[in-house]
Amino acid sequence: MSNSTQNSKLNTQHSYLDMDMLRFTTAGSVDDGKSTLIGRLLYDSKSIFEDQMEAIEKTSKSSGEEEVNLALLTDGLKAEREQKITIDVAYRYFATPKRKFIIADTPGHTQYTRNMVTGASTADLAIILVDASKGILTQSRRHAFISSLLRIPHLVVAVNKMDLVDYDEKVFDEIVADFEEFARKLEVKDVTFIPISALKGDNVVDKSERMDWYNGSTLLHHLETVKVDAADNVIDFRFPVQYVIRPGMHFRGFSGQVASGHIRPGDEIKVLPSGLTSKVKELVTRDGNLEIAYPRDSVTITIEDEIDISRGDMIVRKDNVPTIRNEFESYLCWMNEKALDVNKQYILQHTSKQVQVFIDEIRYRINVDTLNREDTENLNLNEIGRVKLKTSQPIFFDPYQINQKTGSFIIIDPTTNVTVGAGMIRAGSTVSKEIGDAERTELVSPNVTWEPWNISREERETRNGQKAKLLWFTGISGAGKSTIAKALEKKLWDDGKQTVLLDGDQVRHGLNGDLGFSPNDRKENIRRVGHLSRLFFEHGNIVLSTFVSPYKNDREFVKSLFPAETDFVEIHVTCDPKTAQKRDPKGLYAKAESGEISGLTGYDAEYQAPDNATLTINTDEMSVDEAVEMIVNKI
Amino acid sequence: MTALKSHSHLKELEDEGIYVMREVAAQFERPVLLFSGGKDSIVMFHLALKAFHPGKVPFPLMHVDTGHNFPETIEFRDHLVEKYGVELIVGSVQDSINEGRVEEETGPDASRNALQTVTLLDTLKKHQVDAALGGGRRDEEKARAKERFFSHRDIFGQWDPKNQRPELWNLFNGRKKPGENFRVFPISNWTEMDVWQYIAQEEIEIPSIYFAHERKVFNRRGVWLADTDFVNKMDDEEVVTKVVRFRTIGDATCTGAVLSDADSMEDIIQEVASARETERGTRHDDKRSETAMEDRKKQGYF
Repeated sequence: MSNSTQNSKLNTQHSYLDMDMLRFTTAGSVDDGKSTLIGRLLYDSKSIFEDQMEAIEKTSKSSGEEEVNLALLTDGLKAEREQKITIDVAYRYFATPKRKFIIADTPGHTQYTRNMVTGASTADLAIILVDASKGILTQSRRHAFISSLLRIPHLVVAVNKMDLVDYDEKVFDEIVADFEEFARKLEVKDVTFIPISALKGDNVVDKSERMDWYNGSTLLHHLETVKVDAADNVIDFRFPVQYVIRPGMHFRGFSGQVASGHIRPGDEIKVLPSGLTSKVKELVTRDGNLEIAYPRDSVTITIEDEIDISRGDMIVRKDNVPTIRNEFESYLCWMNEKALDVNKQYILQHTSKQVQVFIDEIRYRINVDTLNREDTENLNLNEIGRVKLKTSQPIFFDPYQINQKTGSFIIIDPTTNVTVGAGMIRAGSTVSKEIGDAERTELVSPNVTWEPWNISREERETRNGQKAKLLWFTGISGAGKSTIAKALEKKLWDDGKQTVLLDGDQVRHGLNGDLGFSPNDRKENIRRVGHLSRLFFEHGNIVLSTFVSPYKNDREFVKSLFPAETDFVEIHVTCDPKTAQKRDPKGLYAKAESGEISGLTGYDAEYQAPDNATLTINTDEMSVDEAVEMIVNKI
Repeated sequence: MTALKSHSHLKELEDEGIYVMREVAAQFERPVLLFSGGKDSIVMFHLALKAFHPGKVPFPLMHVDTGHNFPETIEFRDHLVEKYGVELIVGSVQDSINEGRVEEETGPDASRNALQTVTLLDTLKKHQVDAALGGGRRDEEKARAKERFFSHRDIFGQWDPKNQRPELWNLFNGRKKPGENFRVFPISNWTEMDVWQYIAQEEIEIPSIYFAHERKVFNRRGVWLADTDFVNKMDDEEVVTKVVRFRTIGDATCTGAVLSDADSMEDIIQEVASARETERGTRHDDKRSETAMEDRKKQGYF
C-alpha cells in the first residue's frame, strides 16, 4: 500500500500551501465501531504506513483475532491495548489533497464526559456514531448534548453497521427521525446524516453501491468540504495579551493570538482593565507588518501611546468591549475524582489571566442522559451543572455562545495544581437568571464575511444627540405593548430623536412570514428580530421592539446580543388577562375561544413573565401617557 | 473589507506553535528549548524566533549530547547558536558515564539512546529548568498520540500517562510544585509532512545529512546504519558505499539512513509523500518492544 498517492500529486503542484485544516472529534464506544471507522478513514485515505500495519497485524494475531483489529491503531497506551479500551483522548492525523485533519478520538467507556468535553473544546465538527442495529441510544443523546453545549458548529450522525440491517433505507430514516426529534431540544444548527458501514467501507471514503437510495456525500467528502472556521467570531475584536516584548527602549509590543474579530493599524483601541485608549500603530510579525489581523493570527501589537499593559490585560476596540465583571453564571463540567467544594477557593484560568475564584452556588445539575435539571449539593466527576462564580478580580468575557475564546475557562485546584473543571460562561450575573438548556449561537451563512460598521455607533450617537438603545416590549396580546410603543415613538420623534419601531405583526408579514407559532418558530422569530434590533441599534437608533416574546430564554438571547446590559431595556407590559381578552384588539381571543386558533399566549399557551424587567407597566392601573412618561424618565 | 482570509494548515499550525512558545515564556521562569539538531527542533527554534521578534529568544537551547553524533549535526548546531546569539547548554552522556550515573551498554546493538534520559534529567535539574520545549509530535508514535501540549512531570521527571491533566481549548495549565517541571510540545499537531512543507515554505536551513549524499553504510536487519566509530560491527556486516539521506536524526548508533537520491526540498517532500514506512521505522530504539516509546517516556525520555 502506498502512502497517499494523492499527496504526491499535490506536492508537485505545491497545492499544499492552499490546504486548510479541520479538527473533528469522534464519539462513540468500541461497540459502535468508532475505532474501526477511524482505522477505515486512515486506511482508505492511505494514511497508514506499512510498518504500522504490520505491527497491528502482529498484535491482532497474537491476541487471537481473525481480522486485523484497526482499533489497535488508535489505542496507544499499554493499558489500553491490554484492556481493549480507550482511556484518554488520542489525536490522529491524516490528510487528503484538500485538507489536513486532526481527529480527537474520545473514549466511550470510562471518563466519558470529561474526555468528550476535552475533545469537543477544539473541534470544528463532531461525528456521532450510531449503531444502525440498535438505533439512537442514551449514549448518542449524551454525545449530541455535549456537542451542543460546547457549540461544535457541525454535527455528523454516522449511522454505522448498515450492513447488519441489509442496507435498509427505512432503518436509516427512522434513526434520522428519532435523532431530529431529540435534537429539537438542543441547539445544533448543522446536522448531516450519513449511512455507512465502517467495517465494509460503505460511504466512508467511497460511495456505497449497496445504498443507491442515499444521494448525499460520503463521510470523507463531507469532511473535506464542510466550512472550517464557522466557530470564529469575526465581529468583536478581542486580544488577550500573552507576553510583552521589550528588547530595548525603542520597542514595546504586546503579543498574543487574535481571539476574535479583526484589527488594523490606526484603529482605536481600549485596554482592559485600565480603560485607557489609544490607536494601533503596527501589527508586527517577523515576516513583516500586517495590514490587518484576523482571528487566530499570532501577532505583536504596538500602540501610539505609552500605556502600561501586561499579561492578562485585553486589547479591544474602543466602542466594542466585553462584559467586565467578577460575578457570572456558567455551565461547568467537573473533571476530577474529588467533588466540587463550594467553600473552597480555586484558581480560574481565562484567556491569559489567572484569578482566584469561588464557585458559590450550584443552581442545578444537568442529567446528560435525560437533559433534566436536578437539584444537587455538589458536582462529581463527569457531571455538568449550572453554577455561579465569583472571582477575586473582574475578568473580561463574552458569553460562550457568542465567543468561545473569551467565554471559556478552566478551574485549577491550588492544592494539587490539577485542572479540575471546564466552564462555559453564560452571562454576567447581577441578577439571578434562569436560562434554558437550549441556547443559540450566532448563525453564519457559508462564505460570508462580517462587514464592519462603516461609521461607528458612537459617531452616530454623537450626531443624533442620543444614546442608542433597545426598548423591548414584552407581554400578552392585548396588554397594550403596541399602543404604548407607538405613543412613545411619537413623543421621541417630536423631541427630535431617531427611532425604529419593530412590530410583531409587521415582521411576520414578509421577513418572518415563513414562521408559525410553535415554540421553535417563536424562538426563531425572536432570534431574527433580536439580530435585526442589534443592526438598527448599531446604527445609533432608539429601537422599540414590541413582541409577545413569551419565553425567558428568547429574551435573554436578545439581551446577550447587546454589548452592555444597559443597552437592553426590558419593558414588561401587563394587565389582567380578562382585560386583555375584553380589549382583544386583533380578535385573537375570540378566535381562540371559538377554537379557530390554538396556542395563543395568555390563553392556552404559556407566558413566562420576566423576574427582573427594567420596567413593569400595568395597563390596568396606568394610562398610556403615564406609561410613556415613565419610560422617558427611565431612559 | 476584504474577504476573511482562510488559514492554510501551515499558517494555523504556525500560529498555534507561536502561541505555545509565548505561553511558555510567560508561565515559566527557566524554560529551555531542547535542541537535537534535527528538523523538528530546528522548526521549533524557527517558531521561537517568530514568537519573540523583534526581541531575542528568551531562553537557551539545551542539547543532550550522546557523543555519538553525526558531525554535520554539531556543526549545524554551532552555526545556529552563533548566527542568532543564543545561549547553548550541553548535557553530555559521556560525562554521565564518567561520573558513574549510567553504564554504557555492550554488544552490537549498544546504544546511548536510553542513557540519554538520565543525562537529560540531570541537566534539567542542574539548570533548575521548569519547562523544556520538545519537538515531539503526536503523529510520531502511538504513545505520543496521548501526549498533552503541556505535559506535567513529577520531581523524578516521570510521565504518568494515565493521570494527565485535561487540556481544553487553548488554556494551558502550567502550575506546578517546586521541583516539578513541564515538557511542552509546541508542534504536537504537526505531521512529518507538515514539518517538511513548512521547512520548504519558510526556506529554513537544515543540516546537510537530510539531503542525499554518499556514505559508508552497512545493513543490519534491514536498516542501513552509518559506519562510524561508535557502532560495533559484526563479522558478517559488510560496509558499502551508498547514496543515502537521513529522514530523522538521532544517535548515530540507532538511526538508520534511507537509500535515496533526494537532494532538494522538493524531492524530499515527494519522497515523504510516497513513503511506505513511518519516519521512526528507521529507529532501532523504538523496535525494542511494542511499548518501547511509552516505557521510555514514563522514565522521562524526550
